[in-house]
Formats: sequence, structure tokens, C-alpha cells
Amino acid sequence: MGYHLSFNLIWRHFDKLWGGLLLSLELAIISIAIGALIGLVLAVWYVSAGRVVRAIIAAYVEFIRNVPLILLVYLVFYGLPTAIDIAYGPTTSFVLTLSLYAGAYLVEVFRSGLEAVPRGQLDAGKALGLTPWQRLIDVRLPTMTRITLPALSNTFISLFKDTSVASVIAVPELTYGAQWINFSTFRIVEVYIVTTIMYLVTGYAILFGLRQVERRFRVER
Amino acid sequence: MASEHLLDIRQLAKSFGKHQVLKAVDLHVSKGEVVTVIGPSGSGKTTLLRCVNFLETYDGGSIRIDGTEVGYRNDGPQRRRRGEVDLARMRAETGMVFQSFNLFPHLTAAENVMLGLRRVRKKPKREAREIALHWLGRVGLGHKADSLPGELSGGQQQRVGIARAVAMEPKILLLDEITSALDPELVGEVLDVVRQLAGDGMTMLMVTHEIAFARDASHRIVFMADGMVSAVVPPDQLQAAAAENDRLRSFLSRFSATAH
Repeated sequence: MGYHLSFNLIWRHFDKLWGGLLLSLELAIISIAIGALIGLVLAVWYVSAGRVVRAIIAAYVEFIRNVPLILLVYLVFYGLPTAIDIAYGPTTSFVLTLSLYAGAYLVEVFRSGLEAVPRGQLDAGKALGLTPWQRLIDVRLPTMTRITLPALSNTFISLFKDTSVASVIAVPELTYGAQWINFSTFRIVEVYIVTTIMYLVTGYAILFGLRQVERRFRVER
Repeated sequence: MASEHLLDIRQLAKSFGKHQVLKAVDLHVSKGEVVTVIGPSGSGKTTLLRCVNFLETYDGGSIRIDGTEVGYRNDGPQRRRRGEVDLARMRAETGMVFQSFNLFPHLTAAENVMLGLRRVRKKPKREAREIALHWLGRVGLGHKADSLPGELSGGQQQRVGIARAVAMEPKILLLDEITSALDPELVGEVLDVVRQLAGDGMTMLMVTHEIAFARDASHRIVFMADGMVSAVVPPDQLQAAAAENDRLRSFLSRFSATAH
């Protein structure tokens, strides 16, 4: 007796998936924005700081990179509120976690980008009489952005997929929506086929957009 | 002690670790003068030039531009490095053109020239663009104003580099082996621009391997060897000086094919 694929029940609950996808995108965008800010500030600080600050930033990066995201999600959602006096819902908690997670990866991306800005460009900026702040804004950051765009695209896609981990604390994003339909319809294969396609299409769309940006800003050096 | 020279370098000393690159260098440049530094590689020419706008720190002696000490402030007997904003203000008084052009790759030719005018000279955008177009025209690149550096040849990039430096109206222009990275057929167009600037009375201190050009375009030639000034001569006396200076003679012999 074979298994007959039937998508009817999936379409009936498609709003769970569609709403979930929108929330996944929202989680990714907010976390990437906050993470990029964390990453940029720490990277700029890192390249100009002394040994102590560098060690602290490196410790943050290493901690995040060596602990599985799912554990970080549990730690922040269940652990943090018991350690310090804060209360938040699962969505806020997850955004906080993914932002810190994104920040750690983006520090590395931005740091290597900053260090790859050719020395000669900085000399040229100095020779013109630009202040350190002006050299950062007008010379280092534009060149860094162009150098790091391909790595940034990859990180962004990864972070979008990482939003699926939020399902473990019942944030109603796409994967959670899929699980909810599973439990109520038992149409496991169908749900995961549809969900996978939704992740794929969205991921490709993001990547396509980012490649356009890369092409526009590509600069011969 | 007041000095009549625009640039006055005295007893300049500089080491990289244990290696002393500059040993008590004395050199001065007056307003409107073109002084060329020649010498074998490793003689400290480029380091000397980079000390003048404090891209390199120095350990001893002094560099003064218009009487103001470059890079350091004397607090009684103490010598202190100037603050970054102070350094930026001082560097804006000197212009520099680099061997490897060092244009900002994300900015067009005009924007490269405008950046200093806008940020340092605080010119409004429209005026900065006018000045940029004027100088790009002077170096023969009026039609390339909106091209990115990656779209320009080496010679064109270097001419943008020159326009970027002179548009700031520096008191002195520093030229660091500006033709060394160019294909031979592109050297001429860049040297023509320098010759024009010399004709306009621009004060210049340059390091070059183009001996023929140095003789032709400068008021004085400084020969450096082993971190010291070995000879200072007017261009027409270079050969005569070589007769008495072994190092200079052996250095020039390597250029004999091009120098005559």
C-alpha cells in the first residue's frame, strides 16, 4: 500500500506557512540589522584597539561560534530571565539571540574587510588631510563594504535559514508553522516539501538581490 | 629661529628597528623651487619624503614647513606627537602623489579630486566640482571626470592623482617615484604635467629614477646614499660632481644609456 501525496490539507492551512515565512523574514532582517551594527562597531573598535579590548571581542566571537545556535536560543530564552530580572516573549528573545549570533559572525567579516583595505588608500586619505573619522567614513568603509559583499551575502542567507531554530521556543515562523500543520494533519511529507520549496525560493530571491547589489558595487582594485 | 626656506629639514634621523634609514639629513626647499632626490634604492629617499607629511614618524632632527614643526610639538625640552586633527590640518598643507597612484577606487576621477576639497577645505559641492573639473582639464582628463579609476590607464590614473593633490593648493607637492609603476609609453604624459606645474611655480620635492627628467626639470638635485645626503648640485653640474663622488658616478653610470 503506497503513500498518496495529498496537498489539500496543506493549502487549507497555508496561512500558517505564509505568515510564518513573513515572520522568518522579519526575524532575519531585524537580527541582521542589529547584528550588522554590533559587528561593524566591534570590528572598527577591534582594528584600532589595544590588546585587552581585542581579547574581549575575540572571546565574544569564539564563544558564539563554538556554541550551537539552538543552545544559545535556550540559554537566552530560559536561562537569562532566571539570572537577571528581565521578561520577554519568545520572539524578542530569539531576535536578541540571533542578533548576538549574527554580530559575532559579522565582526569577523567586517574585520577582515577592514584589514584588506589597501594601505595606499589610507596613506592617500592622510595625505589629503582627512581626519581619522573622515578616513573611516570616506575611505575605509566604502572599500570594506565592496570587499566584504560576497561574504556578507553568504552570511545573510545563513542567518535567514537559522531563523528556523526559533521553532524550538514556539516562535510562529515558517518551520514552526510546518510543525503545527504536521501535528494537526499528519501530512508530514507534503508539509516539508512545501516548506522546503518556500525556503529555497525565498533564499534564491535574497541571493539574487544581493548579487545585483554586488555587481553594482564591484570595483576593480 | 626664523627660516627663509619653505621646507627646512635639519639633522633628520629615522630608524626602522635597528636599521637606520636616515642619518642626519639636511635639506631645504625654497618657495617655487623644484628639488629632486635621486639615489640607489634603499638610500632612504622615499622615507625622507614620507616624513615630510608625517606618513612616517621620525626619531631625531626637525622638519619645518613655513616655520612650523611637522608632526611634533615642542613642550619645553619635551617632544610630543601632535594630535590626529592637528596632524590632518598640517598634512592638508602638503600634497602627495604616490608611486602606485592610490586613487579611491569607489570614487570617479572628479570625486577623487573633490573629496579633500569637500571634507578638508569645506567647499560646497558645486564649487568643489568646478575646481576638480578645472584641474582634470589641466592634466588633460576633462573628458574622464566621471570615469572610475578602474576604467583609466595607469598614466591617466596618475594624472588624476596629481590633480587630486594640486587642487588642494598645497604649499609644497611631494612626488614619490610617480612614474615607476607606469609602462614606459605612459611616462611622458605624466612628466609633461609635472613640467607644466614647475613652469607655474609650484614648489616640489620629488623622488625619481628619471635622471634625464630630473636634470631637465629641477633647480637642484640631491643625491642620497646610505641614508645621507651625499651631494647637492645644480642639474648642469651633475656630471662634474660625479667626477669627484664615486658613489654618484657609479649610480649615474647605470643610467648612462638614458641620461645623455
